[in-house]
Amino acid sequence: MDLRYTDGQRAFRTEVRDWMQANVPTTPPESFDLSRAGFEAHRDWERRLAAGRWGMVTWPEAYGGRGLDLIRWLIFEEEYYRAGAPLRVNQNGIFLLGPTLMEFGTPAQKARFLPTMASGQEIWAQAWSEPQAGSDLAAVRARAVRDGDEYVLSGHKIWSSRAVFADWAFGLFRTDPASERHHGLTLILFPLDAPGLRRQPIAQINGEVGFAELFLDEVRVPAFNRLGAEGQGWAICMATAGFERGLMLRSPARYQVAAQRLVDLFRAEGEPAAQRDAVLQAVMDAEAYALSIHATASRLIAGGKIGAEASVNKIFWSEMDIALHRTALAILGARGSFLPQAPLAHGVGDWLDGYLFSLAGPIYAGTNEIQRNIIAERMLGLPRG
Amino acid sequence: MDFTFTEEQEMMAGVTRDLLAEVSSTTDLRAMLGRGEGFDPARWSRLGELGLTGLMVPESGGGLGLAEVDFVQIATACGYHLLPEPLVDLVGVVRPLLAECGIETGEDEVIVWADRGQVAQADRAARLLVTAADGGLHLLVPTQADLVAQPHIDPLLRLFTLSAPLDASTRIAPPDAPATLLARERGALFAAAQLLGLAQRAIDLAVAYAAERKQFGKPIGSYQAIKHHLASAQVRVEFARPVVHAAAGLPPGTGTFARARVSHALLAAGEAADFAVRQSLQVHGAMGYSWEVDVQFCLKRALWLTHAWGSPAHHRDRVATRAFGLPLGPDRLFPTENSHA
Repeated sequence: MDLRYTDGQRAFRTEVRDWMQANVPTTPPESFDLSRAGFEAHRDWERRLAAGRWGMVTWPEAYGGRGLDLIRWLIFEEEYYRAGAPLRVNQNGIFLLGPTLMEFGTPAQKARFLPTMASGQEIWAQAWSEPQAGSDLAAVRARAVRDGDEYVLSGHKIWSSRAVFADWAFGLFRTDPASERHHGLTLILFPLDAPGLRRQPIAQINGEVGFAELFLDEVRVPAFNRLGAEGQGWAICMATAGFERGLMLRSPARYQVAAQRLVDLFRAEGEPAAQRDAVLQAVMDAEAYALSIHATASRLIAGGKIGAEASVNKIFWSEMDIALHRTALAILGARGSFLPQAPLAHGVGDWLDGYLFSLAGPIYAGTNEIQRNIIAERMLGLPRG
Repeated sequence: MDFTFTEEQEMMAGVTRDLLAEVSSTTDLRAMLGRGEGFDPARWSRLGELGLTGLMVPESGGGLGLAEVDFVQIATACGYHLLPEPLVDLVGVVRPLLAECGIETGEDEVIVWADRGQVAQADRAARLLVTAADGGLHLLVPTQADLVAQPHIDPLLRLFTLSAPLDASTRIAPPDAPATLLARERGALFAAAQLLGLAQRAIDLAVAYAAERKQFGKPIGSYQAIKHHLASAQVRVEFARPVVHAAAGLPPGTGTFARARVSHALLAAGEAADFAVRQSLQVHGAMGYSWEVDVQFCLKRALWLTHAWGSPAHHRDRVATRAFGLPLGPDRLFPTENSHA
């Protein structure tokens, strides 16, 4: 254990910091889930990142990355959030599909999809859930029928994040009509502007359209778009879920910056004694999460694999995020529930928005109930139900 | 930046865990209780054979010259196995402190430190370390002190307060000497490490019980209500552990940052232990409330360790001093001056 940065790591931090200082837009763009304009502004930001070769620093250089290790990824993320840079509109691509393609894709698939993903040219949505397949994802019914060198996709996907404005999606389809549960499923990539595909935005409690329903009626895609073998979809999907919950979806810096802002708010609002301990808890939890991710990153660099701790992380960050935002609203009092444009709300910031979004945390990317089942069964070895 | 332990560190912890599993089973501990004892000389001598007690004594003083990070997992193992003997404090706190004060100590000499009044196993100590009201450090032989037993709910810990005439002849360090302040940080750090072990033990006990105990025709561990209790407890442990390890992995210090990190470790591990013990008790049902089930030992030891090195309120204040007094942010996870070539 050596909790010191090397000179090389410190120089890297400076390099990221300088670039962010010169490039992060001073006015944050509108949410990518609110409008096409907001979405495209975020795509522009992805392009700018890619031009600086910052799109995905852990990826090989051939795919637009820098081939860096996870400690440098953490340093990058720390400086990214410190600088207040925009959220990653392509997170479904770069954090979920990207690592999956890297592991399961053919060289031709990698060459086709990874560089355009890193550059922001193609923004990805995920298409896991269906109306009858939520926590019970193995109940997927959407089907893919092989026809020559094409697949014909039909079915109904829902809660597809970013799908309202995105270019591509990846999802599970049943390729073996006789199969049940997690057998006979295949992971297929499909363009969202394909003939036969209709997307229906779903309004969220915050008024945005962060996800959509997808109606697929004989959508034709080349067999090239199949990731892995037929029937291997479930195993690949589980690996993807591991990446998502494991490390990259929610980098610790996000919460460290939020905790720092919470301390600033606490001070600005006269340090209300009743909220002091909750503020301190937010600071501690954000650091505990960051330390844990540093420990996991070190373990992975040393050759370890990510396992059920992905579920542990997801529970921790999602519950921490809610606690942190609830504390902010408690400090603000009634003012905290007014929209920023209300005269009463002066300087209220975006805590209300953050609070609403935090409430989705225990639900998306696998509900916390499912995560607790995974921890109990795979980490603790309790019997399956 | 590397958060992993070395092979040697893992090996030392593994060897200690194996020996503790052998000599500190709850059957052994219950037999001690039956004899009305809180210290087993046979176990102490087996542990002595590991050659651990000089682990943090400098090589110039005849020790191994190792650091907190080399001992932290061993302390966790001692917590897990509910070790009653004062090994953790001796190795991690008292012997390095006495070495820094220039006092020679024997390899398996039992020395305990009454830093906040009460101290465990003082009746078995060959020498007693006492903090005076002015913060000065004094070293006594047992005949110099009157011990008053202060029975604690942990039946395996024999706690005492002591009174003794303290003067210049007994004093080995001036008030609030840097070595004393540092030793106190180590005390809190290794209490946190033990609490981490206790928390995991409480969970493991409940997991074993839930796999065996059947209701409605199935093991209770197959029901989500039980699973979720224990998964929630494990989450607390998972996010206390890296804080404890990070506190052990930083260069020892008594600055605002280092103190806050140790306090965070103690708070997180204490809360993990408290939560894990209560979940474990609930999962055990009525059995959990019985003397027969071992969860009680975890519960009671946690009550002691949570307060042995300062109250949670005290430690929260130390976290506040850093959170409201030093810059925060993602680049402040480790001390900024903390770099090397």
